[in-house]
Amino acid sequence: MRSIKELGTYAENTWCPGCGNFGILTAVKKALVEAFEGGMKAEDVVMVSGIGCHAKIVDYVNVNSFYSLHGRVLPPATGISLSNPELTVICHAGDGDAYGEGIAHLIFTAKRNVDITLIVHDNRVYGLTTGQFTPTSPEGFKGRSTPKGSPERPINPLELVLSAGATFVARGYSGKIGHLKNLILEGVSHRGFSFIEVLQPCYTFFNTYSFYNERVYELEEGEGGTSDRNLAVSLARKWSYDSVDASIPIGIFYKEQRPTFQERILGDRPLLKRKGQDVFGFIKEAV
Amino acid sequence: MKEFSVLIGGKAGDGIKQAGIMAAKIFGELGYRVFLYDDYPSLIRGGHNFCIIRASKEEVLSHNNQVDLILALNRETIERHQHRLKKGGEIIYSSRIEGVSRGVGIGFEEIVKELGGIPIMKNSAAIGALSALLGIERQVLDGVFEKNINKQLDLNKEIAGRAYAEIKEVLFKVERLDSEPLPLFTGNEAIALGAVNAGLDLYIAYPMTPATSILHFLAEQQDRLGVVTVHPENEISVATMALGAAYAGARTMVGTSGGGFALMTETVSFAGQAEIPILFVECQRAGPGTGVPTYTMQADLLFVLNSGHGDFPRLVVAPGDAEEAFYLSGLALDAAWHFQIPAFLLSDKHLSESIFSFTYPEGEREKPPMVAWKGGEGQYKRYAFTESGISPLAFPGQKGCIVKATSYEHDEYGITTEEPEKIMKMQDKRLKKKEGLVHFLEKTEQVKVYGDRDSKTCLVCWGSTKGACVEAALELGLKVVQPLVVEPFPERQFRQALGSSNRLIGVEVNATGQLSRLLSSYGIHMDSTILRYDSLPFTPDDLKGRLKEATS
Ligand SMILES: Cc1ncc(C[n+]2csc(CCOP(=O)(O)OP(=O)(O)O)c2C)c(N)n1
Ligand code: SF4
Ligand SMILES: [Mg+2]
Repeated sequence: MRSIKELGTYAENTWCPGCGNFGILTAVKKALVEAFEGGMKAEDVVMVSGIGCHAKIVDYVNVNSFYSLHGRVLPPATGISLSNPELTVICHAGDGDAYGEGIAHLIFTAKRNVDITLIVHDNRVYGLTTGQFTPTSPEGFKGRSTPKGSPERPINPLELVLSAGATFVARGYSGKIGHLKNLILEGVSHRGFSFIEVLQPCYTFFNTYSFYNERVYELEEGEGGTSDRNLAVSLARKWSYDSVDASIPIGIFYKEQRPTFQERILGDRPLLKRKGQDVFGFIKEAV
Repeated sequence: MKEFSVLIGGKAGDGIKQAGIMAAKIFGELGYRVFLYDDYPSLIRGGHNFCIIRASKEEVLSHNNQVDLILALNRETIERHQHRLKKGGEIIYSSRIEGVSRGVGIGFEEIVKELGGIPIMKNSAAIGALSALLGIERQVLDGVFEKNINKQLDLNKEIAGRAYAEIKEVLFKVERLDSEPLPLFTGNEAIALGAVNAGLDLYIAYPMTPATSILHFLAEQQDRLGVVTVHPENEISVATMALGAAYAGARTMVGTSGGGFALMTETVSFAGQAEIPILFVECQRAGPGTGVPTYTMQADLLFVLNSGHGDFPRLVVAPGDAEEAFYLSGLALDAAWHFQIPAFLLSDKHLSESIFSFTYPEGEREKPPMVAWKGGEGQYKRYAFTESGISPLAFPGQKGCIVKATSYEHDEYGITTEEPEKIMKMQDKRLKKKEGLVHFLEKTEQVKVYGDRDSKTCLVCWGSTKGACVEAALELGLKVVQPLVVEPFPERQFRQALGSSNRLIGVEVNATGQLSRLLSSYGIHMDSTILRYDSLPFTPDDLKGRLKEATS
């Protein structure tokens, strides 16, 4: 069993002071400690990340990790969980990572209902490459590659994954750590693809603290989180990622049970425990 | 007859390949070694398909342009291929084709209709007629049908039997040989089986000719062979999924052609940095771009050798026939896991999709074991410094360790580093593994020599070109040298193989002589090259002609 302190590493933390990633890190560690207390084994946890400020999180948590390439969070996570379905795979991606470079993987992972959890650190900006617009930046966003303002409308990631078939869809806010911790625990215990979009202010390139503090509200018990897809979509549409005059719900939007990718592909024969690769017998029969 | 060749042709959708396979199985059943060349355009219906089945008393690894028999299901087959007939050769054709000057016309379509079959079953009629014309016993024909046809066996047999009975005269008798029948496999099947034999757990691929049949074969046989197959959204997903699976302990192979491999190259480099074992199978086809999807070329050698940014050790092997494919895919998978490196197997359409009589590689293969972490004192370090550069492997889920893999430069534990000294040390650690790899490969056969070892003229070829090259050289009294490993390049073995030959001719199926260019970088220069790049493979007969020109 590891405590919050034991979950740390010797890596020097290089996030900017005030960065929303700290809130996510704390929520993840708290969720892990709680999960360990509930019986989950520390050696069974694998964190997977892309490349970006968010991704440094794997250096800061003392569990198994796979620090992947930019955009390539979900395919290796799928590979890991196919290899060993007993592992708890928690993925961290940036908005550039999940909604830009790797968007095809997001759609397909949701479609397949791979039994893993994805936490998107959505700061609506490329942090690590110093402030360009991303797929969720508002229209007109003045980033370093769009000095005249972003010419594109943002996508609504919740609507996207709902239509792609995700079976657990939630949104959290890095400023509400306890709430986020609970979402992560719910996501991890959900059997299937758990998608958690996290509103994460980037202190340096897109400081959205007061914007969110004024607008974010928690969904009440029973307000969402069922298998009512229409309700989930209407909740997702309350805020378009562009509008300023909206309130922004956080919480679980959608939840449904469906067979997972691992179950469909592996059946009752886990990959690493398969037996009987009788190649010579096969060749003999082929004559 | 020492050997004979049959060409079977028709339009796409006529089941030409199936007919070819049945003919090959029949000849195989009689103890012949066979080679089947499958020629088809990139479309599903219409267009011209043909295959050439060459049967021989001796090992046969290629087809010739010339054939003894043509089995024509349509007129186009005769028009296109008549010129290939040897003197005394015959045409067996559907009697619906009018005005054929020689051979035997049989009412394939009428037989099918009469017995209530569907049009594609005329290929069964064709095989029945072919068997009778070659004096093959009816039991052999029936036996092969029984073993190989699942759907509507009785009807197919009846159709074949009716066509068989219509033949009154044997054209030439194909004798039964003493030899035991051998299994028939495509190069791709041999690649797959070799990998499974080395413990393959998982095969991931996105369809792309001519690699697709590995996916089809393993998906079909997954329960029998104990593997899992996955077909994800694109090749980027394929390769990174494979890396994740290998990180968690599954022996994983991916397969594609040049265009798909281009998308995988980010993972090649990632595997080098993260030291995660993976086997890439690259089945070349005529490029560049989409190129000529169903035809052959050996033009991705330098691409694969140089794929992935940064410096890291890799293994690249290039089998020339099914037996070598089986041997090398197993060896490459084992070596990838021992050295924790990316390994590559280069095939091409001609090897991947041709069918070979399969014999086991002789002797025991070297099997380098995975270097596993044994637990013990202290914290597990995924990238621990060791004498060999190989850090013991552990997997997530294993007790008592934390496994941190990463695409960033890192310290021994797997935490990102930007300190110059640590960076250099870790680069050196990875590159160190090449020494062990070279040393290991020294124990294996990396370069093959064929033909007259004392010949001053030596042909240098690689991959599927070996088949035509060796046969032509044997007849002309020349020598052939073929590297099985191209990286790390086995320079010592290669020079030894060249011996005192002083006239080196590079023979390759590409436009610029890629192996020759590679050899130049080792100071080994070809005196000339014979290149073919019309998307077709060399055949011994055409190569002999070009060699005579080149050496006269
Ligand atoms: C293939 C590739 N392209 C570009 C980059 C450069 N790059 C690094 S991080 C990043 C964007 C990160 O944005 P995001 O995913 O939103 O993460 P954040 O830094 O905001 O947490 C880019 C473009 C890269 N590492 N790899
Ligand atoms: S740039 Fe933004 S996201 Fe990155 S560490 Fe700084 S505040 Fe955080
Ligand atoms: Mg971002």
